[in-house]
Amino acid sequence: MAAASEPAPLPAVRPPVPDRWRRRLADPTVGIWLAALGVTLLGWIVVTVRGGEFLTQPNITGILQNCVALGLIALGQTMVILTGSLDLSVAYLASLGTLVAAETMAGSDGNMVPAVLAVLALCLGVGLANGLVVTRLKVNAFIATLGVGLILRGWIEDNYTGPAGEVSRSFQRLGYDRIGPVPVSVFLLVAVALALWFVLRRTRLGHHMYATGGDEHAARLSGVRTERTVLIAHVLCALCVGIAALFLAARFGAGSPWAGTEARYDLESIAAVVLGGTILAGGRGGVLGTLGGVTVLAVLDSVFNQLAIDPFFKNVLRGVVIIAAVAVYARGRRRAGRTG
Amino acid sequence: MRTHRAGRRVGRLARRRTAAALAAVLAAGLLVSCSSDAPAEGPPDPAGSAQPEGEGEAQEAEFFEEDEYQRQLALSEETPEGPEGRPWEQMLRPEMVSTEEYALPEGEGIHLCFSNAGVFNPWRQVGLTTMEAEVAQHEEIAEFTVLDAEGKDDKQISDIQNLSEQDCDLLIVSPNTTATLTPAVEEACTRLPVIVFDRGVNTDCPVTFVHPVGGYAYGAAAADFLVENVEPGGKILALRISPGVDVLENRWSAAELAFEDSELEVADVEFTEGDPAVTKSVVSDAIARHGSIDGVWMDSGATAVAAIEAFEDAGLDVPPISGEDQQDFLQAWAERDLTAIAPGYPTFQWRTPVIAALKVLRGEEVPGEWVLPQPVITEENRDDYVNEDLPPLHYGLCGCEDLPGYPQDWGGR
Amino acid sequence: MTTTTATPVQGPVRLGTRLTQTLGTALPVYVLLALLLGALAVTDAGFYEPDRFLAFVRRAAPLVLLAAGQYLVIVSGHFDLSVGAIVTTGVVAAAEIYHGFPGAHWLVVTLALVAAGALVGLVNGLITTGLGVPSFITTLGMMLILEGGVFYWTGGSPTGYLPDDFRALGRQDAFGWLPWAVLVCAVVGAAVWWLTRSRWGRTLIATGDSERAAELSGVATARVRTLAFVLSGAAAALAAVLVGGFSGVSAQAGSGMEFEAITAVVLGGVLLGGGRGSVLGAMAGAFALTALFTLLNLRGVSGSLEPTVQGLIVIAAVAVGAANWSRWRRRSPSRNDQPPPPGTHATTPPAGPPPATETAPPTTAPPTTAPPTAAPSKENPSTGGPTA
Repeated sequence: MAAASEPAPLPAVRPPVPDRWRRRLADPTVGIWLAALGVTLLGWIVVTVRGGEFLTQPNITGILQNCVALGLIALGQTMVILTGSLDLSVAYLASLGTLVAAETMAGSDGNMVPAVLAVLALCLGVGLANGLVVTRLKVNAFIATLGVGLILRGWIEDNYTGPAGEVSRSFQRLGYDRIGPVPVSVFLLVAVALALWFVLRRTRLGHHMYATGGDEHAARLSGVRTERTVLIAHVLCALCVGIAALFLAARFGAGSPWAGTEARYDLESIAAVVLGGTILAGGRGGVLGTLGGVTVLAVLDSVFNQLAIDPFFKNVLRGVVIIAAVAVYARGRRRAGRTG
Repeated sequence: MRTHRAGRRVGRLARRRTAAALAAVLAAGLLVSCSSDAPAEGPPDPAGSAQPEGEGEAQEAEFFEEDEYQRQLALSEETPEGPEGRPWEQMLRPEMVSTEEYALPEGEGIHLCFSNAGVFNPWRQVGLTTMEAEVAQHEEIAEFTVLDAEGKDDKQISDIQNLSEQDCDLLIVSPNTTATLTPAVEEACTRLPVIVFDRGVNTDCPVTFVHPVGGYAYGAAAADFLVENVEPGGKILALRISPGVDVLENRWSAAELAFEDSELEVADVEFTEGDPAVTKSVVSDAIARHGSIDGVWMDSGATAVAAIEAFEDAGLDVPPISGEDQQDFLQAWAERDLTAIAPGYPTFQWRTPVIAALKVLRGEEVPGEWVLPQPVITEENRDDYVNEDLPPLHYGLCGCEDLPGYPQDWGGR
Repeated sequence: MTTTTATPVQGPVRLGTRLTQTLGTALPVYVLLALLLGALAVTDAGFYEPDRFLAFVRRAAPLVLLAAGQYLVIVSGHFDLSVGAIVTTGVVAAAEIYHGFPGAHWLVVTLALVAAGALVGLVNGLITTGLGVPSFITTLGMMLILEGGVFYWTGGSPTGYLPDDFRALGRQDAFGWLPWAVLVCAVVGAAVWWLTRSRWGRTLIATGDSERAAELSGVATARVRTLAFVLSGAAAALAAVLVGGFSGVSAQAGSGMEFEAITAVVLGGVLLGGGRGSVLGAMAGAFALTALFTLLNLRGVSGSLEPTVQGLIVIAAVAVGAANWSRWRRRSPSRNDQPPPPGTHATTPPAGPPPATETAPPTTAPPTTAPPTAAPSKENPSTGGPTA
């Protein structure tokens, strides 16, 4: 790693211990995982009081399983948001990915590798397109990725009349196998998260991403090739979506033209990222927080399920939770800013 | 909807422990011995093998199956078996299957579980209300657990897994998508009796699959009506909700066939996303573009009134039009004395799975595929379904008039 | 840094520059609109008959209202994603009101809806400015709350009918020829245009341009912005009245409209991130989008390909706008010599996706320290944190 991009050691003045604790708690990553723990506990108490069982194996498996698709997409979204961009095309890309995977595989194990490659190639292409429109054509990411999403939507609608293709039996096991209570797909999620964590924290690219998102102008002045950084972030995001699409295809056994949009992965992934403490303007946050955000959403869903809460009311609660969480972060940040 | 064949269930399969040989493709290090929730060696997949290869033309053919089309047209002419005036208990060409193996001891409270695709449109809302009222009628149902997938395939798969591991006596599934829930339903079949309704899945493992005649019959009924009532050479505007929804694709492919055989010209096929504002714009533009429109075919009725208004706002007579059994359309039809027809995709089918479930748990025979009649509302019987006290988006074919809580629970006065 | 109007925090801007700049940001949309209207004339000879053209304007009216409201929020550096949900909620709520009170006067119901929309906007604004929640998240949460809430209230689908007198605003004509919706649209458009030229409007734009600078010059930025949200909410509710009037009861009247409105505003040359663009451009963007939809219908483009065409055109139009702009910028580097607002990028408003490069205020931090400043801050949240 070049010395130029290595952050200088932070000022050595250590704050007094209680202050450090307070800071640690104000850190959104710690906060969101504490919240996940809290929500789980609360859910356990409420469900138990009402005579149900919360921490059963099927339930734990279900919660973990529900983290995977949204988690993978939200991880990708984290990368673009950190660099100060945004990706609204993820939902359509996820749908198209499941279709490409299932059609290429056509039910045979032999086509598994070509199918995986085809999906990743598709995503590479879409990621490049997003990135190039944002960096070269200078179109705001919001509009650029919304536009690319529309293009994908037209493509899907013009070519598919419903679920298509078939995933091979052994590929389906990615969606259904588990080790004890832990679905194997969770390992996939963790592996991707670790890889991205490594990129962000241990490579020059990662530092460039934080720098670009923090202050693009300053980053450029200090020699960061910001455009390339944003482009790579978009490609990484699209690849994560591709992996999510492969997982979804394994779970569905087929490709589904509406899977991504019906699950509202575009807005939900952004919500999860922000819930995880990553700042929407870029430059601060990380993958661990995002995983926490996804976990909170999955646990909440499970609690809502157990309590048979009206699906419409669920949305109200979700909206309140998202706003409240981000308000708490903003407050924590302001406080930290004052004391520091 | 792909054909779902009734037949034998797959035997209960124990969960198998095997070594996964797959995960290496995606991420290294996932090779550990693990349990699988996937159905091992499921039945041969009828849809998978029936699927045409290639893209483009073949894609369109995917949703047209000649045999099924012919079968539906024949079924819609037949008289169903079963009690008069209770279409949700009637059945067409039933082939009964034994359900003795599922019979519960007498007098035991039943725990019924239901994995619902969601309540994201008024049709499903009316349906769920109807189903809940049906459940309330039966004292032997001690518990009724509903998980709502909010239109997400992935969540519905988890819901099905979750329910099949609870102490449910029987699982009812209303799939969000045909193909994508197949593995989950197959898995659930190994644990408890399953009843699927509305859309099918690509497996015959459920005890029964409850559904009305189907999309081909729906589309053909509307198209045939236009063929009869529009002068030869007339221009037809086809309004569809959105592409890629299998049930709706079937309706259109049957209509397309009927129009091809007629002397009518399909001037435009447009998607409205079920949005009345879009519908109104699309219809006005079509009138402007073609000078006149002589007939309107719709794949569902949610926006039929908006289409009618578009003609009125343009100062034109409303041409023959097909809609659905929603109150606003039925009332507009009656008030304006239109030439119209309303094929239904009846919401009364939400009652049937509950009735079937109780039969199964009593060990009584049920049809392996429970085909319900699919009434078509015409000018003669329209007034039987009009009820001004009900909400505009209420479906007239709910068969819910005799249920407790009617009409307040359905939003009526 | 750059605005279409002189702001209290900036030195006088030469008239010539101002003109170029106005054209530079909104010119592409006027060209696009002219092209589309031309194409419509070629496609359909009858398009410019008064009736037909007014019907077209009526069709565009709800989106124009949404764009005008959205403009106020965007130019102040924020987003309003809740407007689509406000439209849906407004239509369903109106039906519910008429279900309960069949005889309600249309004006009362309309005013109640607009007031409720303004209230939603007020909540959006207070949460965003008071609690420091990014508006993208506030309004996304509000969207979930409204959509969930209204259907929880009505049991899943609208329960009542909209009577004809309520629907007149969206469906009938005034004086027998002028659609009410066109009148409403014109009045609201003129009002918003006037507002943007008022003192409040100028401070709003200044706030979007640089919050810090506006604050230093004594602007109560929170109040100014909150009012923008209130107006956006009210405009959305009024759009709901028009949509409900135009097409009647629906459970998804406003779905996707938030994205259409933002697209329209951006097409109109308004910069996401705030501080630049005109409301006329935003409204022209709404007309252009509606013209595009109409053209696709009239040309008989396959329904399923419409999104693709729409996506391509939107990207292309915005890209053209962006390209013109940067070229123009390069030719006049003097525009950059404004006094750099203090504080780093991190002190800019907690807006949604960060502003494009052009708005990023030059940092006061020495460039070489930038990476550490922006580096992962979990270990030390105070580094580069808001200086509030």
